[in-house]
Amino acid sequence: MKSKKRYVSFFLCVIIITLLSFRNDPTKKITTKDVTFTNPKGFPKPNYNFENNQLTVEKFMLGKNLFYDNILSKDNTVNCGTCHQQFAAFAHIDHKLSHGIYAKIGTRNVPALQNLIWKDSYMWDGGVNNLEVQPINPITNPIEMDESIANVLIKLKRDSTYVSLFKKAWKDSIINSERLLKSLAQFTGLLISSNSRYDKFINKKDTFSLSEKNGLKLFRSKCANCHAEPLFTDNSYRNNGIKIDTSLKDMGRGKVTGIEKDNQTFKVPSLRNVEMTYPYMHDGRFKNLQQVVNHYSSPSNFSTNADLSLKKIGELTMLEKTDLIAFLKTLTDKSFIFDKRFADPYIRYN
Amino acid sequence: MKKTLRIFTLSIILILISLQFGFTLIPKPDKGKIQINFKHVVGNDVLKLDSTHYKNELGQGYTISKFKYYIGKIHLKNTKGKDFISKDYFLINEDEDLSKQINISDIPNGTYTSIHFILGVDSLHNCSGAQSGALDPLNAMFWAWNTGYVFLKLEGNSSFSKSPGGMFEYHIGGYKQPTNCIRQINIDLSLTPLIINSKTSQVNLKCDASELLKTPTPIDFSVLSSVTDLKNAELIANNYSDMFSILTTNNEK
Repeated sequence: MKSKKRYVSFFLCVIIITLLSFRNDPTKKITTKDVTFTNPKGFPKPNYNFENNQLTVEKFMLGKNLFYDNILSKDNTVNCGTCHQQFAAFAHIDHKLSHGIYAKIGTRNVPALQNLIWKDSYMWDGGVNNLEVQPINPITNPIEMDESIANVLIKLKRDSTYVSLFKKAWKDSIINSERLLKSLAQFTGLLISSNSRYDKFINKKDTFSLSEKNGLKLFRSKCANCHAEPLFTDNSYRNNGIKIDTSLKDMGRGKVTGIEKDNQTFKVPSLRNVEMTYPYMHDGRFKNLQQVVNHYSSPSNFSTNADLSLKKIGELTMLEKTDLIAFLKTLTDKSFIFDKRFADPYIRYN
Repeated sequence: MKKTLRIFTLSIILILISLQFGFTLIPKPDKGKIQINFKHVVGNDVLKLDSTHYKNELGQGYTISKFKYYIGKIHLKNTKGKDFISKDYFLINEDEDLSKQINISDIPNGTYTSIHFILGVDSLHNCSGAQSGALDPLNAMFWAWNTGYVFLKLEGNSSFSKSPGGMFEYHIGGYKQPTNCIRQINIDLSLTPLIINSKTSQVNLKCDASELLKTPTPIDFSVLSSVTDLKNAELIANNYSDMFSILTTNNEK
């Protein structure tokens, strides 16, 4: 009888320890279902559809480890997650301009990383044409990570953890730039935000307050021309009426195309999770949504080359501004911001 | 017992003989290979990096330190209308002898009267994301900030250049309007037809780097010593569109 009791308690201990170890390692929970792409209701077909980069748990996990690993930077001090924070929809909260390696300051505001597969180009100037090749820029930029892809590959090949992660993901021991970049694209491509209160309202699963409803109505008549639903961007480049920062002299899209009329135009950013992605504009000049809305409702302050559609906004009343901001906050997607699939794997929860 | 052993040996011999016949009866493959060799020259001289002094159309002296370029979409035209098209891209680099010799297999037997290819990388491959082999960004022929492959690099020095150290750099790319530097190269082989007959035939092409600085726009090093983005790129591209010509074909029978 006594031995039976001991037997049972021994097994209980084993079960508890196993459960605890699972709890300690959030990465264990990711299954094929977690890395399956399903097009959110009402969303258009994505531009990047994983057809030539079939999603697997192992590749996604490899991409996630790489995204959060300092190994990508020259002196192993910064990773993608340093500036792309999950709680800020992968933007850099409260930082006007990007912060890089050696405490260097960049020239543009860190954009949020969400719904990337619906974009047709990347960066504020749209210079990058495919999600997979985007990371080459921050990795090699001397004021971001200051590293070379060749060096990253050398470091990865020396690291036994990555040797085994690459082998698990790609079925043989080759570690090359294509596999590095495709694994990263599996992680960044799955950063999808489509479950905000706005989405629930559209799908009749939630209700809006009167102020939020008025805000939506106002938004559709004044802002949706550029911030088109459901992605809240039309992927175009425009001059949003802010005057040029003479210390940065950023030509934006014009630098990429060499076409004069593209000078000082920037990609229209999505407004999903906009509550969390402050400060705003390509140079982070506005601290809060109030300042942004004030700007758009002050046509007399617009730059001379402001986009023509801005003129339709006109001056907004205090009440209209309040309603508009109330609506913008319905675009916050808590399930995205706290999604464990995207959490830093190097943080251990005890 | 002896009888069965004899029958056994006999049948073995028969099998061996029939196998022998079988091997000789296997038909010759109806496909062959080609090897395209690129011979780099500068006018009448052989291209030698960092040593030989050449002169451009304006009489300005220069040396070449780097010469590399992409070719792809190789297309062989057959007399019977059965064309062959290769999907591969190749990076030809003066500094790497092996790269100047490209091999293509599975070419149907026949007589080919022209060879066509592009200098550059087509728009599909410029937009396809991460790639390996010749199109691996590690080959340093890739622009990351404004995605696209650099189709050709010519670098060197001239005392006439106003760039630091008298260097000149022409990095040419751009796959879409308004700056498209992909150039179709057509080489007529009707006088020296390429015959594929189950073996490896050779095509020896000449690539004259001086053409880059010559026609239709002669390059003055003191005016244009650096082209590293889309500005002026088409000017150089128009010059390089005629830098290839046929030397010989070597048909192995």
